[in-house]
Amino acid sequence: MRDSNRRRRWGLGAVAAVSVLSLTASACGSSSKSTTAATAAPTASPTTATPSAATAPSGTTAPASTGGAIKKGLVVYFIPKDTTNPYEVIADNGGKAALTALGGKVVVSSGTEDTAAAQIPSIQAAIQAHANAIVIAGNDPSALCPTISQAESAGIKIVSFDSDITCPDHLFINQANTEQIGTSEVDLLAKEIGDKGQIAILSAAATATNQNAWIGYMKQELKKYPGMKLVSTVYGNDDPATSLTVLQGLLSAHPDLRGIISPTTVGISTAAQYLDTHKSLLSHLTLTGLGLPSQMKPYIADGTVKAFELWNPSNLGYLAGYAAAALASGTLSLSTGAKFTAGKLGSYTVLAAAAGTGPSVVLGPPTVFTKANIAQFNF
Amino acid sequence: MLPDLATAGPGSTATTVEGRVVSWRALLRWETALVLVFGATLIYGSSKSTEFLTTTTVFYTGINIGQIAIMALPLSLIVITGEIDLSVAAMLGMACSLFGYLFEHGVEIYLAGVIVLLMGAAGGALNGFLVTRLGLPSIAVTIGTLTMFRGIAEIILGSNEVSGFPASLTKIGVQPIPGTKLSWTFGIFIVLAIVYAVVLHATPVGRSIFAIGLQEEAAFFSGIRVKRIKFTLFLLSGVVCAFVGILYTFQNATARYDAGNGLELNVVAVVLFGGISIFGGRGSIAGVVLSVLVVGSFDEALTLINVSAQKQNIVFGVLLLISVLLPNAADSINRIRGRARRGRSATASTSSTGRIQLQEGKQ
Repeated sequence: MRDSNRRRRWGLGAVAAVSVLSLTASACGSSSKSTTAATAAPTASPTTATPSAATAPSGTTAPASTGGAIKKGLVVYFIPKDTTNPYEVIADNGGKAALTALGGKVVVSSGTEDTAAAQIPSIQAAIQAHANAIVIAGNDPSALCPTISQAESAGIKIVSFDSDITCPDHLFINQANTEQIGTSEVDLLAKEIGDKGQIAILSAAATATNQNAWIGYMKQELKKYPGMKLVSTVYGNDDPATSLTVLQGLLSAHPDLRGIISPTTVGISTAAQYLDTHKSLLSHLTLTGLGLPSQMKPYIADGTVKAFELWNPSNLGYLAGYAAAALASGTLSLSTGAKFTAGKLGSYTVLAAAAGTGPSVVLGPPTVFTKANIAQFNF
Repeated sequence: MLPDLATAGPGSTATTVEGRVVSWRALLRWETALVLVFGATLIYGSSKSTEFLTTTTVFYTGINIGQIAIMALPLSLIVITGEIDLSVAAMLGMACSLFGYLFEHGVEIYLAGVIVLLMGAAGGALNGFLVTRLGLPSIAVTIGTLTMFRGIAEIILGSNEVSGFPASLTKIGVQPIPGTKLSWTFGIFIVLAIVYAVVLHATPVGRSIFAIGLQEEAAFFSGIRVKRIKFTLFLLSGVVCAFVGILYTFQNATARYDAGNGLELNVVAVVLFGGISIFGGRGSIAGVVLSVLVVGSFDEALTLINVSAQKQNIVFGVLLLISVLLPNAADSINRIRGRARRGRSATASTSSTGRIQLQEGKQ
């Protein structure tokens, strides 16, 4: 009895082993000659090394005789940080609009968590689907690179946006450059308060690299406005309670304050909430900065805040889509100064690789959100 | 008593039934069901995507499930003894962190590997000590060490990210084992699975593990060193998970403190879906291997046809529930049938004893 039990068990073990083997064997049989995990397409006709020759699996092969034209039927995989983040959803939709305009297709694929491990299967899926390009918002600067380089060797063009990756040979779509963010916020406030009066900055953590870089450019830009004086910079650590405390301290220390710039979404929404409940301050105090339209909508509606900035994620995705299509069609290269046209956004130029980032394209000045346009944005 | 315990393995319920019935039972075995599900997955996948039945899929499936699969092996043995180890993925993370830290500070890479494995042994020994010597419930102990290991991992590496590992080692993330289409992690899993299968199903140690899970006290009184075996299994789990931590680091070419975050649930899911009873005493390595194949290939198929990750989670949640529900349902049916049989035989003998039997049956 005992023996028969064991035999049965081993029998099943054997079944399992055989099925493993048969899986590998049958799979080996069906694949084409390519050695790497790159392009094993049983259906695609000439799988030569020319990457752009393998167009969409849908079969709509474009003649591409026009040389400089964008190919039809391109398939671009958009891999956001995760599939539910509203900001990323808007960016992906921007990409879809771009590819629709170009006669191609966007596939959005990612995980539920913001981890590199969750994005790797999506990159693999893009390779297996013979996508022409991948547009990715990296959850990790380097952990994705081994898989990304596999995609590249399969002839897929790589574009990153929102959050860059350190892998070689890809184009980064920069949402806005540091200088533009810093200077444009000062310009926006100057316009609202008539170029004069005391102003202050409500920032995130004192150690936040991006905030400090923006503040540096704000100070530089303030030299253009001799009537405006920066009296204090306070730090709310991106925590609503701390932001509120330092804001109250700021207001009591400087009763003549005319304007506040808060280059952080937590700071600006906390300050807006405070001003909303202390409307008497609004007669002489103006608030602006970087905010999320979804959080700021009520304050824009009741006039607490007149205008604030952020880059437009829809345009970011749109530009990334055009760049990906141009790279995949061979009409754009990664060399400095290469130019391409991105539909409604106009013409763009590839910037030289700088420390920490490879070749990049900057979307442009941040979008200013006011009563007139805020209803269109839901992130 | 003893011979019964010794044979107590998967499907051992049918000890004195004639051959025909045994073969019917064999058909109803969990492993058989998994083979069918695996076949169905292959058919489903290939009907939905022409890219599914390719070597690329085999390789990617191995890459994506290999680490989970390796960690599922020691956990299977632990679950068969009636315990659980939820700290597996946290151990992976701690190992990844420490390995990155040592590498960054110029420790020779193989020495760093040995140190990490020793730390795995220490972590596993801590679990084992708390469970066997202090008699604490393993679910509480390992939730505690889960949090603790994650905390230590964060202290070791912080927000730092270590890369620059030798390309000869990080290639396991992008290249299959030469001459095959299997990822390195999956190859290691197959070798380990054979070792585990031999130990569990063909040695006295394996029989002891089943005996502990079925009736711990009976096992103890029949001379099985219950505590030592459990302690060893926890220690083994620690070492294996630390080893997976090193593999994880190479495969991603990066060491981070949050490596493998939340992976413990996938590991537990693979083990339970493989037919290892959460109540202990039942299961087989063949089941776990099949479970790995089903989960891995199904996941791959869903990703290929671009089913959203949220829906994939729902599908796997349902699979897991089924794997816990079905065996229990089968048990309940068996119990009801047993009652009915007892009831019939009782009424057939004498009416008075029959009533007593029936009342018993109702309880």
